Amino acid sequence: MRLAGIVTFAVAALLGAAAQAEDLNVKLGVLNDMSSLYADIGGQGSVIAAKMAVQDFNPAAHGMKVDVISADHLNKPDVGSNIARQWFDVEHVDAILDVPTSSVALAVNEVVREKNKVFLVSGAASSDLTGPKCSPNTIHWTYDTWMLANGTGKALVKSGGDTWFFITADYAFGHALERDTTAVVKANGGQVLGSVLAPLNTQDFSSFLLQAQASHAKIIGLANAGGDTDNAIKQGAEFGIAAGGQHFAGLLVFITDVEALGLKIAQGLVLTETWYWDMTDANRAWTKRWQVEKPGKFPAMTVAGVYSATLHYLKAVAALKSATDGKAVVAKMKEMPTDDPLFGKGYIRPDGRKIHPAYLFEVKSPEESKYPGDFYKLRATIPADEAFRPMKDDNCPLVTN
Amino acid sequence: MIQIFGIPSQALFGQLLLGLINGSFYALLSLGLAVIFGMLNIINFTHGAQYMMGAFCAFLLLKYLGINYWAALVIVPIVIGILGILIERLFLRHVRKLDHLYGLILTFGLALIIEGLFRNYYGSSGQPYSPPPELTGGHNLGFMFLPNYRAWVIGFSLAVCLATWFAIERTRLGSYLRAATENPALVRAFGINVPRMVTLTYGFGVGLAALAGVMAAPIYNVSPQMGSDLIIVVFAVVVIGGMGSIMGAIVTGFMLGIVEGLTKVFFPEASNTVIFAIMIVVLLARPAGLFGRAA
Repeated sequence: MRLAGIVTFAVAALLGAAAQAEDLNVKLGVLNDMSSLYADIGGQGSVIAAKMAVQDFNPAAHGMKVDVISADHLNKPDVGSNIARQWFDVEHVDAILDVPTSSVALAVNEVVREKNKVFLVSGAASSDLTGPKCSPNTIHWTYDTWMLANGTGKALVKSGGDTWFFITADYAFGHALERDTTAVVKANGGQVLGSVLAPLNTQDFSSFLLQAQASHAKIIGLANAGGDTDNAIKQGAEFGIAAGGQHFAGLLVFITDVEALGLKIAQGLVLTETWYWDMTDANRAWTKRWQVEKPGKFPAMTVAGVYSATLHYLKAVAALKSATDGKAVVAKMKEMPTDDPLFGKGYIRPDGRKIHPAYLFEVKSPEESKYPGDFYKLRATIPADEAFRPMKDDNCPLVTN
Repeated sequence: MIQIFGIPSQALFGQLLLGLINGSFYALLSLGLAVIFGMLNIINFTHGAQYMMGAFCAFLLLKYLGINYWAALVIVPIVIGILGILIERLFLRHVRKLDHLYGLILTFGLALIIEGLFRNYYGSSGQPYSPPPELTGGHNLGFMFLPNYRAWVIGFSLAVCLATWFAIERTRLGSYLRAATENPALVRAFGINVPRMVTLTYGFGVGLAALAGVMAAPIYNVSPQMGSDLIIVVFAVVVIGGMGSIMGAIVTGFMLGIVEGLTKVFFPEASNTVIFAIMIVVLLARPAGLFGRAA
């Protein structure tokens, strides 16, 4: 009896060891806004994208087992960093994905650095993530405030919009976007006449619009996002902003915002994105797969970025055969060139910036739009080496030291 | 140009008017809350969700049935009001005699469920809704450009607010209602069906929220969280005005709209907190609210 017990125990131990040798366990955590204004640019959509990447990577073929978990950070930095800590300490998460809302992303950035894990940012915009706050554990994937300013800002100044007034969301992201855009406007010979800070989640923008109107600036720069941008543009139409000869620059407009505004109001808006579902056959095919879970919706670039980042991360982990040392994984990711169906070929700079082209789009009029989601026409392609802030202007300690 | 505190007076008048317009939403919503609290003793946390449902209902009517804004203005409050009556019959009736907290938690839970359902089906970014063609465009008042739709909002909501005040404070039906709040048993002894009156009152309060929702649809982003963004402010308005005071809710609604509008000029960063600062001051100085009677 006692012998039988020992044998069983030994067999179980052997089986356990075999299973461990066979499977490299990796756990990914998608941390974003699931319930508020940024839920549509990430939320469950990003979770679906991460799972698609895992599926396409085919972990079994690499002797890996990959789990994806998710949580809602409520757009609060304290909630976000608490979840991150819990994920690392209790759930043994190896990498955190997405994290829109720059203030939350900057908080999570520090936790990840401290715990030596991996942070793949898609949703957040602040260019500080590859600037003064850059980290050997962080890669900023999809877009950033510098790229938005450089795309939309430069295009508008060059086409005659040389005086600006900013309506800015009063938190890390808005401040960064206003700062980066101001630099671009000034560098191209334009001037900034004024700005006003509006609290996040403002319902009524009419006071701010009136101040913008009084400034007589040709361009009203909206350094905000999501519902704030939608409300501002919708109310701007009502207050006759365009009729008065002024134009909006939606510095961060996602496809979901265009849908929320309707083409009638959004038409003519110039915006910069790094990915649009209707650009290539690969994008369209991917979108169709994504829509199985999200019928009738269109994925924003941030969602596509989560897919692309997850895929590259898993490739790096497979090459290293380990996910424990976050710095090593990120170094591997920087070393390997990126290549996926959505963003094509690209690379990651030493400062953690993922490099790919950006596209300047114009929103179509209702007459030009032929089918659901047919929203943009391409105005210009900004080549990869011009789309993002040059490393010499980063002030990133990783690069300067 | 005359300047007041460094701001051109013209700009100031513009902001005052805008504040008044926002105030009309606060007034409409806090009025519904005050009616419900005054008559039912229920702190209706679903109010924001019902306002959101009003806006969504207008959007759905337009999208699927082609029913325009004007018809929605009549249909939506009735539809959402009936939903409110169902809620009252199914849930609220059972917690009315208990502590306020039960009603508060129940309605808060309902609000979360309703919001979650809408977010699940429609996402969080919102739906498009345009102002009716009759009210597009606007007039230049000299000191500001006033969109016609905003002028309509202010006029219409003022009319609705005053009509409600009149119905409750100055008519026979209103006197029954007020009497039923004070002493339901006695009023019932006079042969008046008190439970039915209470149900209808709740339906009416909810209808007011839905009406505000329809009016908000053309100017605010129609999204599932539009109600929860607003409801906290509206609760502050009700508390400042005095819980259950009809006139208090109306006057405070408009007044705080103006205060908020002015804050947006002088110190925009504080514009979403100024109302709460006022609430604290009022609660310290007059715990029953500006227009409330001390219990």
